Amino acid sequence: MNNSNQFVKNSFLFSLQRPFKTLFLTLKNLLPLMTDINHLEKLVIQVRRDILRQVHKVNSGHPGGSLGCAEFFVALYNELMEHNSNFNMNGKNEDLFFLSNGHISPVFYSVLARSGYFPVEELNTFRLLNSRLQGHPTTHEGLPGVRIASGSLGQGISVAIGAALAKKLNNDNKIIYTLCGDGELQEGQNWEAIMYAAGNKVDNLIVTIDYNGQQIDGATDTVLPLGNLTEKFKSFGWEVLTIKEGNNLQAIIKTMKEAKSKTGKGKPICVLLHTVMGNGVDFMMHTHAWHGKAPNDEQLEKGLAQNPVTLGDY
Amino acid sequence: MKKYTNTGNKDTRSGFGAGMTQLGKTNPNVVALCADLTGSLKMDEFQANHPERFFQIGIAEANMMGIAAGMTIGGKIPFTGTFANFSTGRVYDQIRQSIAYSGKNVKICASHAGVTLGEDGATHQILEDIGLMKMLPGMTVINTCDYNQTKAATLAIAEHKGPVYLRFGRPSVANFTPENQTFEIGKAVHLIEGTDVTIVATGHLVWEAIQAAETLFEQGISAEVINIHTIKPLDAEAILKSVTKTGCIVTAEEHNYLGGLGESVSRVLAENHPTPQAFVATQDTFGESGTPAQLMEKYGLNAAAIVQKTLDVLKRK
Repeated sequence: MNNSNQFVKNSFLFSLQRPFKTLFLTLKNLLPLMTDINHLEKLVIQVRRDILRQVHKVNSGHPGGSLGCAEFFVALYNELMEHNSNFNMNGKNEDLFFLSNGHISPVFYSVLARSGYFPVEELNTFRLLNSRLQGHPTTHEGLPGVRIASGSLGQGISVAIGAALAKKLNNDNKIIYTLCGDGELQEGQNWEAIMYAAGNKVDNLIVTIDYNGQQIDGATDTVLPLGNLTEKFKSFGWEVLTIKEGNNLQAIIKTMKEAKSKTGKGKPICVLLHTVMGNGVDFMMHTHAWHGKAPNDEQLEKGLAQNPVTLGDY
Repeated sequence: MKKYTNTGNKDTRSGFGAGMTQLGKTNPNVVALCADLTGSLKMDEFQANHPERFFQIGIAEANMMGIAAGMTIGGKIPFTGTFANFSTGRVYDQIRQSIAYSGKNVKICASHAGVTLGEDGATHQILEDIGLMKMLPGMTVINTCDYNQTKAATLAIAEHKGPVYLRFGRPSVANFTPENQTFEIGKAVHLIEGTDVTIVATGHLVWEAIQAAETLFEQGISAEVINIHTIKPLDAEAILKSVTKTGCIVTAEEHNYLGGLGESVSRVLAENHPTPQAFVATQDTFGESGTPAQLMEKYGLNAAAIVQKTLDVLKRK
């Protein structure tokens, strides 16, 4: 509790009242990089700690992909999206995010909690009986911030398209963001969705691919090669951007803002986010070994030591 | 014995189309999605009247279910349309995760269910869809019997909050239920009062059950006929009340006997009032090409089959 209060004290956004927060985020969007990048860097480190501690406690979960996407989630919820942590399922007049690769729930939960969607202490209940923080995210237990269940792969882009179409019908000009794993693109439904979005000019949609080149059984190039994703998306009629430094906050923010500037021009947008699985914990990096494995006590301490407390543990 | 009149053969899918046309005019939140079968599903009028609310998805049913789930976020009420086979088995996981588990207000509307699809054969004749859908927590499962009831059900499910599977068919069949009826989800419809046997039927088998009751009446057997249009939630009270009076039951459906209406009825009876039961259903088999009438006869899904099963079950009272 004390630690969480410490976070609240340190968090500029969290200290604002919710209605003002939405307004603030709207204004902030007009002033690029107004948020102190140092604060976001601290938040990334704190999120890494949350990820490690969540999966360690229950000796299960997916730290590798979660760590690889920590910077992306922090940037998305603190710098890029216009969103309201006073959660409403329909999300009218705000940007929405859908996580397709639901197994990286630890990073999603950490960033949602630290964006004010639910108390950070609730991260203690990850994967426990009667928790709202299920192994894979779900709407079923009513966790604020989650709008679709995901885990069975390949379904997120379709859902995001549906939400994007609903926004158009509602004359709501906000954006739909979604994140997919690269290995996940092996699921055929994605290509149905990719074809549909281009063919129907779903241009209020930014799909980010976590391009870490790893999946459970090994490198994606070994398991089932993805080929040239840039050319594939382009040939389907998408606008494609690449973030080579997918674990660099400033690089993410710059290119994602560029992606946003390309919305509303008749094409859906794909961002290939080159990340390092396990980023920020040296022994977890550059391998698929930590895709779905929790650290033991010693490994946890080692990982936490590489990421000392910044904003306070839950 | 109460008599029913066929006001003229019509297909149930056209009842769905008429319902969609009406919903288009009355409910601005209703959107329609179709996977390249607009004419077969009779959604063309909705498409013509409301092009901005009609979404041609192409031959991509998995994507259609996902898009439908997403459209509920923003307050839309999506109605998906394709054949029953492609509405269920092909996209079971998409329905399970993105619609049922996510609690999304999607209406999965499925035509060409069962063997009466006819000549296209077994690849298209799903006989397992009721079972697949009724096993999903939170899913409402409806199988309508004629044009008028299908239209009424289409209107009713738009008002119901939560995922619904609405099953109907291709052939022209008797249209005998009232025009502009009120459709109550989960509420069985008593068609004929009787004392010797209860016949509960769903979908195309309801009219066959009425014909069977007339034949049985001529043989001195008083059959009570109940139209179970909603398989889930099942109107257990209506079934139990009837079998308490009659002492035996025949269930009739155009579906495999595994997983269908019959098994749902069996569970209710086993838990509350064990009763001899006979099943008019397919016997764990695939269908084949043929005319609807030929197939219903070969697979034991017509009035004659109901009469025979009734005579069998009466001996077990």
